[in-house]
Amino acid sequence: MQASRLPRYVDIVLIPILNLLTALFVAGIIIAIIGENPFTALSVMLKGAFVYKGGLGYTLFYTTNFIFTGLAVAVAFHAMLFNIGGEGQAAMGGLGIGLVALSLGGLLPILVVIFLAVLGSALFGAIWGIIPGYLQAKRGSHIVITTIMFNFIASAIMVWLLAGMLMAPNQMSPETVSFSDGVMLWQMHEIFNKMGFDIGRSPLNLSFVIALICCLFVWLLIWRTRLGYRIRATGFSLKASTYAGYRPEIIIIVTMAISGGLAGMMAVNEILGVQHRVILNFTSGYGFTGIAVALMGRNHPVGIIFASLLFGALFQGGAELDFEFQTITRDMVLMIQGLIILFSGALAYMFNPVLEKLFLRDDHLIGPKND
Amino acid sequence: MNADISKQNGGSKSPFAVEIKNINKSFGSVHANHEISLNVSLGTIHGIIGENGAGKSTLMSILYGFYKPDSGEIKVHGKAAYFKQPLDALKLGIGMVHQHFMLVPNFTALENIVLGAEGKTGLNKGLQNARKKLEELKQAYGLEVELDSVTEDLPVGIQQRIEILKALYRGARVLILDEPTGVLTPQETDQLFEILLALKSEGVTILLITHKLHEVMAITDEVSVMRQGKMVGNTLTKHTTPEMLAEQMVGRSVLVNTKYELQSIGKVVLSVNKLGVVDKRGFDSLKNATFDLHAGEILGVAGIAGNGQSELLSVLSGITLPNAGSFKIEEYLFDAKKNPSPRLMRELGVSHVPEDRQAEGLVLQFQAFESVILGYENNQKLGSGFLTKPDNIQEYCSQLQESFDVRPQNPRLYSSQFSGGNQQKLVLSREISSVPKILLVGQPTRGVDIGAIEFIHETLINMRNSGCAILLVSVELEEILTLSDRILVINSGEIMGIVPRITATKSMLGKMMAGIPFEDAKEDKK
Repeated sequence: MQASRLPRYVDIVLIPILNLLTALFVAGIIIAIIGENPFTALSVMLKGAFVYKGGLGYTLFYTTNFIFTGLAVAVAFHAMLFNIGGEGQAAMGGLGIGLVALSLGGLLPILVVIFLAVLGSALFGAIWGIIPGYLQAKRGSHIVITTIMFNFIASAIMVWLLAGMLMAPNQMSPETVSFSDGVMLWQMHEIFNKMGFDIGRSPLNLSFVIALICCLFVWLLIWRTRLGYRIRATGFSLKASTYAGYRPEIIIIVTMAISGGLAGMMAVNEILGVQHRVILNFTSGYGFTGIAVALMGRNHPVGIIFASLLFGALFQGGAELDFEFQTITRDMVLMIQGLIILFSGALAYMFNPVLEKLFLRDDHLIGPKND
Repeated sequence: MNADISKQNGGSKSPFAVEIKNINKSFGSVHANHEISLNVSLGTIHGIIGENGAGKSTLMSILYGFYKPDSGEIKVHGKAAYFKQPLDALKLGIGMVHQHFMLVPNFTALENIVLGAEGKTGLNKGLQNARKKLEELKQAYGLEVELDSVTEDLPVGIQQRIEILKALYRGARVLILDEPTGVLTPQETDQLFEILLALKSEGVTILLITHKLHEVMAITDEVSVMRQGKMVGNTLTKHTTPEMLAEQMVGRSVLVNTKYELQSIGKVVLSVNKLGVVDKRGFDSLKNATFDLHAGEILGVAGIAGNGQSELLSVLSGITLPNAGSFKIEEYLFDAKKNPSPRLMRELGVSHVPEDRQAEGLVLQFQAFESVILGYENNQKLGSGFLTKPDNIQEYCSQLQESFDVRPQNPRLYSSQFSGGNQQKLVLSREISSVPKILLVGQPTRGVDIGAIEFIHETLINMRNSGCAILLVSVELEEILTLSDRILVINSGEIMGIVPRITATKSMLGKMMAGIPFEDAKEDKK
């Protein structure tokens, strides 16, 4: 990444906001074209995401998914690895939870099983990251290609298992039996109920807290640990990393393990938090959206929290839109999300030239070469 | 050819190819060019010298149309010129050969030369015409280039000729060369100078930007000195001396040759025995190398770039593995089976200042305080357990910057924002602060300004005097001769001989660098 010449607050606050407003503006035009009032639509969305009872809970529930997958992409990116495999790693994470919960549930104390299940998700996700990492480090197979392939492999394995060995008997859906009683993460609305608050029912569960802890973990890892230092050095310059004696191939594999583990933990939210059994396709694109989240959050945990919140609100508010308006369907909502990804991801630096002119006011643009 | 010039000059009587008047250019708070005026006489070689950051490259970038000056005017062949982009400068006959070549590596020489001037839709016709024109140019100036070879396979010296041809092909009558000899061997440099003289005799005006004084003395007609964005001197070359120029460049008198006292050498700390390295292509880049390195000596490794010096450094620092032979540090013996690693070598007290400080020695995207712990981040003073303490590291970096006079003295600045000399001081400070027993140094002063060279040389000599064993690889023969106790000459991966400095002469070393063994080179000397 090129160090931006703009003041820091412009880079991390103003630009994302400008991008977001642009996306909403274009989305508004489209909504106006199909004959709805864009402002009404926006207000429905905002209310749905934040105001209605339970709305915020749903928003934060989706946010949790995005934090996990966003962090996964960001960690890999610090080693200049583009991990597109969040989807597959999350699916395998779900398998990890399922195997632990189904085999140990009832045998061990519930808390131990839950703890092992969370560990299982990270472990299985990590393995699904390690293999492409190994192939990249030792065999030079490009990580983008292999992680995409591993998404398909993971998906096929899940179908094979859930429609076969692991399928619950006497029914027709590709899913496992439910975990034994109590093997689940506590719902937030129940916790709050016990404390005397009513926050409305939502699937929001303790995973949200785990996700925030992971954010802290990633921040410490990247900017405060020696390993993180080595990861960044390797990402910026392979030669410098070799010179320093870091063995880039090991760094790549370790980074992909951490990245895969984080993606795998997304399953904690969906499987251990809500479904309490392994189902097919629970990842439903969160792994891919994680790329946009990391991009928008500039690969920094704090940025990722905000970007995840935005995407969570879009998910939840979008569902509300779909519900409220005849003309605005689920596909329209997807399109708005697409616009946001387009403007804050692919066109993230669209406003840079304008802002540089505004903030720098002289032709710094090319800058002195090595004099 | 001469008829061409008068035509291009538009019949003007101006004796100057380029006139620059009161040019100002600032980047933010940095006044890179301050009221610069410069007249370059037609058909001469004009040297522009100055330390890194003196504003030479900025001035040339303005002349080439890359930057717009804040004020001032430029005349080319007597006509006022307003450049919006390099193309405008090109139209007026100004061509530039950049320090880092702008060539497509997998194009042929011919394809590179015509790039951007291919002619109409069909490529073949354009190429044929170009070939004809280029043959003429080649003959006129002695610019021998095999037009159909792929560029990346050619030596740097030839790649540079392609750049020169490229400029001439576009009708350049004023040629700007930015640090042209930085990447060349001494022989290639001589050939370049011959070409420049041929160009001059054909009426081409040449602007030579450099910081090497002896080159200025050897080839220029006139020389201008820049310091801190200002033009501080302008004389005919025959009226000046290197010492005078150095003083003008730095603003004070400089010891061109650092003082040096003989001292008795200590015990053997590194013993290299029949060491061999095979590179990725299966080529023997280092063959059968045998020598000892003693405490308290500087062993200079002389040779033309690419003759195995880099491989020697990288195998001794543990980065690449030896394929044959062994080397011994203390009681540790390393060979193809018992592999060294950079980390282990550091633990054994081997520090390494790499040849390429930008790619290896520093991480340019890191802040200075992060770069100064590269390879040493395990040091428990910088934090406890797994975690590092940025405050401690910044404090540590400030100390290093102060004792090594790194400017600006700011640990939070990005490594890329320091000048070449200061980057090198950062690397040196890191490697020396671990108090090494053995110091491997590659090209310590490449692209470094005179003030910093002086500092770096003094530092190396102080290290030697305090008992450190130094292996110094440099393509600057002057540097090797100034610093070394003994000089090892390498050619095609083979050691041609080891000569004590007292008996070494330039011509003898030159012959050995060209592949003549010590015995024969010595006989020739008599």
